[in-house]
Amino acid sequence: MIIGVCLKQVPASDSRIKIDGSGAGVDASDLKMEINPYDEFALEEALKLKDAKVAKKVIVLTVGGSDSEQRIRDALARGADDAVRLDDAAFAGSDSLGIARILAAAAQKEGVGLILAGKQAIDDDNSQVPAMVAELLGWPQVTVVDKLELDGGSFKAWRQSGGGVRDVVTGSLPAVISADKGMNTPRYAKLRGIMMAKRKKIPVYDAAALGLDPASVGAAGAKVTQVNWSEPPARPPGRILSGEVPSMVKELVTLLRDEAKVL
Amino acid sequence: MEWTDEHRMLRETVTKFVENEINPFVDEWEEAGIFPAHELFKKAGELGLLGLTKPEEYGGSGLDYSYSVAAAEELGRCTVGGIPMAMGVQSDMATPALARFGSDELRAEFLAPTIAGDKVVCLGVSEAVAGSDVARIQTKAVSDGDDYIINGSKLWITNGMQADWMCALVNTSEGHPHMNKSLVVIPMDTPGVVRARKLNKLGMRSSDTAEIYFDEVRIPKRFLIGDEGGGFFMQMLQFQEERLWAGANVLRGLERAIELTIEQTRGRKAFGKSILDNQVVHYRLAELSTEIEALRALVYRATEEYIRGENVTMLASMVKLKSGRLAREVADSCLQYWGGMGFMWETEIARMYRDTRLISIGGGADEVMLSIICKLMGTLPEKKKKRS
Repeated sequence: MIIGVCLKQVPASDSRIKIDGSGAGVDASDLKMEINPYDEFALEEALKLKDAKVAKKVIVLTVGGSDSEQRIRDALARGADDAVRLDDAAFAGSDSLGIARILAAAAQKEGVGLILAGKQAIDDDNSQVPAMVAELLGWPQVTVVDKLELDGGSFKAWRQSGGGVRDVVTGSLPAVISADKGMNTPRYAKLRGIMMAKRKKIPVYDAAALGLDPASVGAAGAKVTQVNWSEPPARPPGRILSGEVPSMVKELVTLLRDEAKVL
Repeated sequence: MEWTDEHRMLRETVTKFVENEINPFVDEWEEAGIFPAHELFKKAGELGLLGLTKPEEYGGSGLDYSYSVAAAEELGRCTVGGIPMAMGVQSDMATPALARFGSDELRAEFLAPTIAGDKVVCLGVSEAVAGSDVARIQTKAVSDGDDYIINGSKLWITNGMQADWMCALVNTSEGHPHMNKSLVVIPMDTPGVVRARKLNKLGMRSSDTAEIYFDEVRIPKRFLIGDEGGGFFMQMLQFQEERLWAGANVLRGLERAIELTIEQTRGRKAFGKSILDNQVVHYRLAELSTEIEALRALVYRATEEYIRGENVTMLASMVKLKSGRLAREVADSCLQYWGGMGFMWETEIARMYRDTRLISIGGGADEVMLSIICKLMGTLPEKKKKRS
């Protein structure tokens, strides 16, 4: 079986995000980029399945420009066998559905039997793409999975469903699984992997290569339009209480109850 | 210096290794005065970090020295000096001679498991009577059939309490002190090898440092690295890599000292303004940052020449000299601006002040570096001939 891992590059989690001059996006000029952390869990799970000889090959699927190649190389260095970069001028302005269409087409083209993706990307936090990919392909899906087992043509997935309840979902392959934190510990790239990744070619597929109608993706096919970006309101300043400890505790409790209304 | 995507990925792997496998445990290891070398080196070995420039037949990656410099630089992200130093001994200080001059048999037996992280190595050069003056060492290896019998001692041996083998410099004959020395492999479990004590040091406390005695230690002659009598020369070559490595390793720590000091002095108020707002402070930090960049440029230049196969004795000595001096200057200046907090044992700046002090002493003291540079400049006064 071939596992496809959807991988997105995002600004590093400790980045300070600035809105660009036009107010229509993020100023990426001095942002350090990294692999979306949830995608790292997806990649690691795929690599573990390959190590266990359950999967034959792991292929990375990335929608992005040439600036995303470094992230793809990182994934190859960790042990992914192949990668394709999905890039076309027609892809610009895609919403989640457009991205899902591109990824679904790439997965089909590569003969993928299981798609692993992060449960969300930490830049826009939409959590939409994996579910949309599954829907477009007509495959079963489980989201926010922190444990996965495969057995022949079926899978068993564990997920937190809130309130301390844990769901166990079984289904058949092919399927789409989105990964949560706790699923595994992503490995580091070994030097051997780094040097092997150097020699790998990363093909670029455009809309035509994927058999996609350009009108179904990008700005042309988008059902969601971003109107404006703005900074969140500044956080009000904190207050420091003074005086004797017993009176400060009383004051603190009063403030938490009456003003902050958290008690 | 041309940094490729492979260098970048290596840097990222080393950075993650430091953040996850070293920094969280640093306080514990500093307190214990030792760290789990076998466990940590095994992890580093699995990632390929201990044999970047070593031959591929023995598990290395056969890369040029820029990769060691990149790794050493990122290893400088450790919040302590002792662990990178210990790793540097394993990867770049005790193994270059074996990798280059050792027999295939010896390399298979000792180099391969050291690169893999299965064996821990230490470098035995210094003795109580001879530190930077390497030619004066007294430890003797006397030929006895197919064996050497070794007697003597070694002092200030990094990794000495945990090492499985030592790359030791010993006298194998009488005669000119530059021609009578050899490098040998001494397995530390050989009868007669005594790890006398773990030394109590000012800094680098998480790294174990030993005093070691050799009492009639018998090793086979096949444990000789390269030619008998070539030890001094090989150790001098080995020092080149050690000095470049040390220069690269110091950079990030110094940058971190500046960053921590900016943070600390920005938050601390005195006489109506932050400490950082005093021109003497922010100008000083700007000047030191400039010096760090200048040192980086020197390290990169020396590395480039070394990769091209040039003799970099002068540049590597300059790297070593400047690293030690600048590290002391940065640590001291930063600690000063931390005030009372800087004098507290547990602060990172105090640890840096203690740890960096060694750089001007270990691997050849500043004064030895100056002598080497003077010698190459032709300004060293000639030794007076003894009157007969």
